[in-house]
Amino acid sequence: MPVNYYITLALCLFAIGVVGVLTRRNAIIVFMCIELMLNAVNLLLVAFSKMHHIAKGAAAVTGTDGQLFVFFIMVVAAAEVSVGLAIIVMMYRNVHSININFLNRLKH
Amino acid sequence: MKNVLDIVYLIPLLPLIGCLINGLGRKSLSKGATGVIGSGVILVSFAISLWAFFQVRAGNTHTAEYFPFINVGNLKIPFAFQIDQLSVIWLLIITGVGFLIHVYSTSYMHDEKPEHFGRYFAYLNLFVFSMLLLVMGANFVIMFIGWEGVGLCSYLLIGFWFKRDEYARAANKAFIMNRIGDLAFLVALFMLINRLGTTTFSEVFTNASLAKFSTKEITAITLLLFVGATGKSAQIPLYTWLPDAMAGPTPVSALIHAATMVTAGIYMIARSNLMFSMAPATLNAIAVIGIATALLAASIALKQNDIKKVLAYSTVSQLGYMFLAIGSGAYVAAVFHVMTHAFFKALLFLGSGSVIHAMGGEQDMRKMGGLAKYMKVTNITFLIGCFAIAGIPGFSGFFSKDEILAGAFAKSPVLYVLGLAGALMTAFYMFRLYATTFNGQFRGTKEQEHHLHESPAAITVPLILLAILSVIGGFVGIPEFMAQGAHSLAGFLQPVFKDSYALLPVHEATHSTEWLLAGLSSVLVIIVVAFAWSRFSRKPDLEEATGLGKILENKWYVDELYDAIIVKPVNAFGTFLNNVFDKKVIDGIVNGVGKLVRYGGRQLRWLQSGQTGAYILMMVLGMVLIFIVQFFLRK
Repeated sequence: MPVNYYITLALCLFAIGVVGVLTRRNAIIVFMCIELMLNAVNLLLVAFSKMHHIAKGAAAVTGTDGQLFVFFIMVVAAAEVSVGLAIIVMMYRNVHSININFLNRLKH
Repeated sequence: MKNVLDIVYLIPLLPLIGCLINGLGRKSLSKGATGVIGSGVILVSFAISLWAFFQVRAGNTHTAEYFPFINVGNLKIPFAFQIDQLSVIWLLIITGVGFLIHVYSTSYMHDEKPEHFGRYFAYLNLFVFSMLLLVMGANFVIMFIGWEGVGLCSYLLIGFWFKRDEYARAANKAFIMNRIGDLAFLVALFMLINRLGTTTFSEVFTNASLAKFSTKEITAITLLLFVGATGKSAQIPLYTWLPDAMAGPTPVSALIHAATMVTAGIYMIARSNLMFSMAPATLNAIAVIGIATALLAASIALKQNDIKKVLAYSTVSQLGYMFLAIGSGAYVAAVFHVMTHAFFKALLFLGSGSVIHAMGGEQDMRKMGGLAKYMKVTNITFLIGCFAIAGIPGFSGFFSKDEILAGAFAKSPVLYVLGLAGALMTAFYMFRLYATTFNGQFRGTKEQEHHLHESPAAITVPLILLAILSVIGGFVGIPEFMAQGAHSLAGFLQPVFKDSYALLPVHEATHSTEWLLAGLSSVLVIIVVAFAWSRFSRKPDLEEATGLGKILENKWYVDELYDAIIVKPVNAFGTFLNNVFDKKVIDGIVNGVGKLVRYGGRQLRWLQSGQTGAYILMMVLGMVLIFIVQFFLRK
């Protein structure tokens, strides 16, 4: 399959993620959209890694370096989510809302 | 190899120490201690100067280098003192006459509060220190430090009684006028550094270094130096500060007029004589300015009624003579006149101080008269001073003035005639002063008459010593035509001026001509003296002056002229800048910046809404922008 398909799919996913982050108020959904963007990038990394491997032949690299990055991103994202979710939970406990616009009262 | 003259650093150091002790201890030291310290350090300096003089006379001239003062790139200016024939003469005058003035001051200033008394002596010592630095410096930079130092001290001392507004203004005037001259001095100095990379006298004043300049440049530099000298030495057009400087205590006037400050210009030019000799145009300008100043100031002195003002204008006039001598190439005559003038002008000022002291602060001659019988010592010494300055044969002023006139005659008979006219005016106003003050009837109040007394010994002894010097001071320079080789001053100064004289051979008039000139001027002077003496003893001029007299009394309205053409426009311009430029433009810019920032802040505040979505949107937009820039603009 040509790599263009992957790129298009990743672009779509990323755009959805961006739009979601920009428009939604629910913190959980914003989080999920961020995950979506990360995964769009992950998808690209894997696709390019594979493409690179095919182009250079077996002698070059085994095609795992891109996948390694993906792995890292997943780990970091998981750690980040655990922290973020904890913040959201605390926020809900205090104000009984997870609307991110509610947080603008911090400016006062 | 150490030279014994290395120790001369003590000469300026001692007055500086005296200044520090008196200045810092002015609240705790008694008046007696202050006086002893203040005068004592000068006495020791005088002793060292005397020793240095004998060293120099024995042929030991020396440049003592102490430490590098300025070291930038190729420019090396050491802190060095030059002890040679010229500087020791000045050292003796400054410390010798200065010491007498200090002693005199201990009595004259005795009514001051101890604190002010200490301050006075600190300033006086600082003055002597600066002047010593000026004459001892082996390069223009050290000289300039002293040059500024005496300017500062004159400011401090003229404005000593600073609570009186007009005194403070006189001090300002002296300071500002001097500053104008100093600017020219500095520019000349920078020109020298620019071309030669050195300011040391022994390196600058050689034919080889001076050959690097074109005649035009030499003329420019010397003219600038001369402008500097007109400021310090009170020549046209920068002379009006000196008469106003009378606001200070009388001993200060004596110090400024006789021993320090005003002779600085003469010293500087005498020191740079070779450079000046290479610029005939400058010499002509100096001669013209000198004679013009001499005549202008002498004419003003004719009608002044303040005893110190007469003497002040007389100083300006005598300084004009010294510049006339320099302009005629008769450097020795100029130095000689500085010396004799230091003696008799110090004597006259201190004498007038003694009179003012006795009169309880009165300075108007019209209210004096008949003081001769109350103050014997002051009377006799003052009379000697008058004889000396008028140029009565035998007194010191005769020899030096005659030498100047002879030099002027050699340059141009016109200068001689004008100089003679000035000399006659000098004789006239000095004896007008003497006769009005000491002869005739006492015209003051009864209370003053009761108070009249001779001054204490601390005042009369310096007067007597100065009177002796005023009589015999001239004998170091008996002219060639009277006695072969008797002009010991010229012989002594020969090494300093020999290059100049090689360049500008002095055209000597024949001895018979000189006899004729000296005889003519002596006879005329004696006639004028006799006339003025008899005229003003009987009928002092008390009535209001009219016509020309009125103009002279008002000093040719020069101050008013300066006021109208310089001070008023400058003030008006300043007011304009204050009201329009400062308030509208400068304030507008400053406040405008503030307003802009505040306005910008108020507008930008809306960006900080706290809406997470808005922040993220901005972030995304920013990233898109960066992508666009990357993609389209960076090919």
